[in-house]
Amino acid sequence: MDKQRVNVSRREFLIGSATLGAAFTLGLYLPLTSRGALAAQGTSAATPEVNAWVVIEPDDTVIIRIARSEMGQGTLTGLAQLVAEELECDWSKVTTEYPTPGQNLARDRIWGSFSTGGSQGIRGSHDYVRKGGAVAREMLIEAAAEAWGVPQAECTVAASVITHQPTGRTTTYGKVAAAAAGLFPPEQVELKDPKDWKLIGQPVKRLDTLDKLTGKQVFGADLQLPGMLNAAIRACPTFGGTLAAFDAAKVSKLPGVRQVVRVGEDAVAVVADTWWQAKTALDALPVTWDRGPNAAVSSASIAQMLDEGLSADEAFVGNRNGDAKQALQGAAKTVEATYAYPYQSHNPMEPMNATALWTKDRCEVWCPTQNGEAALQAAAEAAGLPARQCDVYKIHLGGGFGRRGAFHDFVKQAVAIARQLPGTPVKLLWTREEDVQHGHYHPITKCRLVGGLDAQGELVGLHVRISGQSILASVNPNWMNNGVDMFTFQGLLPDGDHAISYTVPNLLVEHAMRNPPVPPGFWRGVNVNQNAIYMESFIDELAHAAGKDPLAFRRKLMANHPKSLAVLNAVAEKAGWGKPAPKGVHRGLAVCKAFASHVAACAEVSVDEGGRLKIHRIVAATDPGYAVNPQQIEAQVEGSFVFGLSALLYGECTLKGGAVEQQNFNDYPSMLMAEMPKVEVIVMPSGGFWGGIGEPTIAVAAPAVLNAIFAATGKRVRAFPLKHTDLRAA
Amino acid sequence: MAKLKVNGKLVDLDVDDSTPLLWVLREQLGLTGTKYSCGIGICGACTVHIDGEAVRSCVVPVSALDAAQQITTIEGLSPDGRHPLQQAWAELDVPQCGYCQPGMIMTAAALLNDKPDPSDADIDARVTNICRCGTFNRVRRGIHLAVEINKRGRS
Repeated sequence: MDKQRVNVSRREFLIGSATLGAAFTLGLYLPLTSRGALAAQGTSAATPEVNAWVVIEPDDTVIIRIARSEMGQGTLTGLAQLVAEELECDWSKVTTEYPTPGQNLARDRIWGSFSTGGSQGIRGSHDYVRKGGAVAREMLIEAAAEAWGVPQAECTVAASVITHQPTGRTTTYGKVAAAAAGLFPPEQVELKDPKDWKLIGQPVKRLDTLDKLTGKQVFGADLQLPGMLNAAIRACPTFGGTLAAFDAAKVSKLPGVRQVVRVGEDAVAVVADTWWQAKTALDALPVTWDRGPNAAVSSASIAQMLDEGLSADEAFVGNRNGDAKQALQGAAKTVEATYAYPYQSHNPMEPMNATALWTKDRCEVWCPTQNGEAALQAAAEAAGLPARQCDVYKIHLGGGFGRRGAFHDFVKQAVAIARQLPGTPVKLLWTREEDVQHGHYHPITKCRLVGGLDAQGELVGLHVRISGQSILASVNPNWMNNGVDMFTFQGLLPDGDHAISYTVPNLLVEHAMRNPPVPPGFWRGVNVNQNAIYMESFIDELAHAAGKDPLAFRRKLMANHPKSLAVLNAVAEKAGWGKPAPKGVHRGLAVCKAFASHVAACAEVSVDEGGRLKIHRIVAATDPGYAVNPQQIEAQVEGSFVFGLSALLYGECTLKGGAVEQQNFNDYPSMLMAEMPKVEVIVMPSGGFWGGIGEPTIAVAAPAVLNAIFAATGKRVRAFPLKHTDLRAA
Repeated sequence: MAKLKVNGKLVDLDVDDSTPLLWVLREQLGLTGTKYSCGIGICGACTVHIDGEAVRSCVVPVSALDAAQQITTIEGLSPDGRHPLQQAWAELDVPQCGYCQPGMIMTAAALLNDKPDPSDADIDARVTNICRCGTFNRVRRGIHLAVEINKRGRS
């Protein structure tokens, strides 16, 4: 990529210079980074920003503003690397802070989107955050040049030290930052050629690790505000049901109880001095529910709905070339299989929570959120106030996985409770049971695939019929195209970030939308998770039906997909595909393009006589285009196997009486250390594009293992989770 | 009224004695490093030490404890945050979201108390904490690295 010349809007960098700490109205124990905390305590005069992205303290501390949310995926550090690369600052002096969504609103969205999902953190903002760093650098150099009375062109900078080359005079960013803050930003800045990057691409340490080792990191669930009360909540277990009645008198005398309140149409909360008191009283509270119209919904009724969609006449088309149906009719051999993927819960380790303080003029919320702006809208709506009279203070998340992005039900509830106690901050914390029962679940689908082979065993046609739930129809109908939810086709699309990795001569991919009354939501990986299981398992089925090696069969279909082929070849080679595996160990492959990255995996498993599965080793390759922090990519790839394999092994929410039957980690397990395979990560950035990291690998985790299970047992698992399948030899 | 010894200090508590230790730590003593996640003793986010043993504090009522027992939380694991496990965790950037990590570290610390150089099988058997981000392999490496740091410290 050549050096980019980018235009910088003067206005963009001139609006406002208010500092962030000043926005806090309470002098509190807050989980802020250094400067915000100091300002909140009133111990530090606020330093003016150089621009929206950069504040530099007189002691050379560099504060980089991060608009996206840190939830474990490392985006905080990666985004800071992008800004710092162009800023040319001393990385050892870098710290970060979150601007608030209220400030973003007041400043005409100067920080862009706060949304942290779809593996977008870096790939969605790399351009403007680097630009922010470059503009700040030019202003800092200009301030030094002006002070010295020399041409700016004679000055260079490295590691926050500005040098006037002809004289060797030096100064630091901290010394000129105040002057730089008063300058006009340059009209144009140049972004570095990737070959000149010094910090991007380096495996630097995360900026948020140390506080996570000592208990110092304050999560939303840990927040304490002066005079704060605590709330525990229960909503009607049946989706669509409402709160009919509750008998507050039965618990109002229990220790610590302050108030028992209705929350919206469907929930009741107890507010008490401590959360344990609130939860204890809630457990004792007599509650009557009106179970509403969905009281008869069950897993069986939903399965019936989806089965009908598998053969329905009408369906949306997501990808079509040639004539698949005709090709299948003329095929020498056809293969057909039906797969089913269940509802799944996010279960981040930190249960849902938010702390709200409401008065008739203002509402403030402290919460872990993947989208501060959406949280602000939710808060304003529940507060009955304009958004400009509200703000949200973001806190690092104890896991998100999609649960805390599009949905701020917990924020609305917290505000609805706080509104009934004006002037008193209230922290709402859900129980794990509430979290499992009131999710926005990974959507349920089934998939029937029919493939046709010619006499030589070459694939001549493929028909993929998905039946099941649309996320967008429920969550964001505005994103649909004429009623079609293109997200449903992730991993199977003709082109783009989620393109199919194969060229199939005659292809038809369809979706019969069937929307049961269970709230669906985005989920780490979302629809590539099951679509890659469907596609990659079935490609394996076709290869075996054709009597061909699964790697060779795939390669033949991938000539037009060189980057996907490269990651597949990389895992095959490193894993030793085609060479003997250790005794009793069998291999399986999977490949996918997701969130613009190319990923592949080769799993090695064994299944013993008792049918017990052991996943020994997984080799995984990722081509994300540019690799900002390779050691964090490795961490995300490893973590993706835990998330994807937990889903494969155990992830299932079943429905009975219109409610989720599972409640906690006892009946919704997650994989443990003892089940974790060795993971070997190949990071192979090919340059020229920006792909996501946090989610793509989940797509290949399950199918690679499933294909290895088939190699080990001859059993093709088509219904999930795997805990339902007996893997013992028949 | 209950009296407990937490991180070396005797504390008097005015709390219903059915209250789980977790909530006493978090809400009476302000020690929020010990996390709530499942409340039923499965996930391990609330792990603390009682006389050096890893205990899931969400299922231990105050009534089951007395002031003779040494209760240690993540805040009291080391005076300066430099326990070998904390050093190893920092070296390897083990945490992702970090919410489960105090429990992970306390579990690993109790393991090292028992077995100063644990095998992978020992780690599998003893570290049964849930981590949804998926830090297991770095947790394992972190425990082995902490063993090395311990050895270096002694030599």
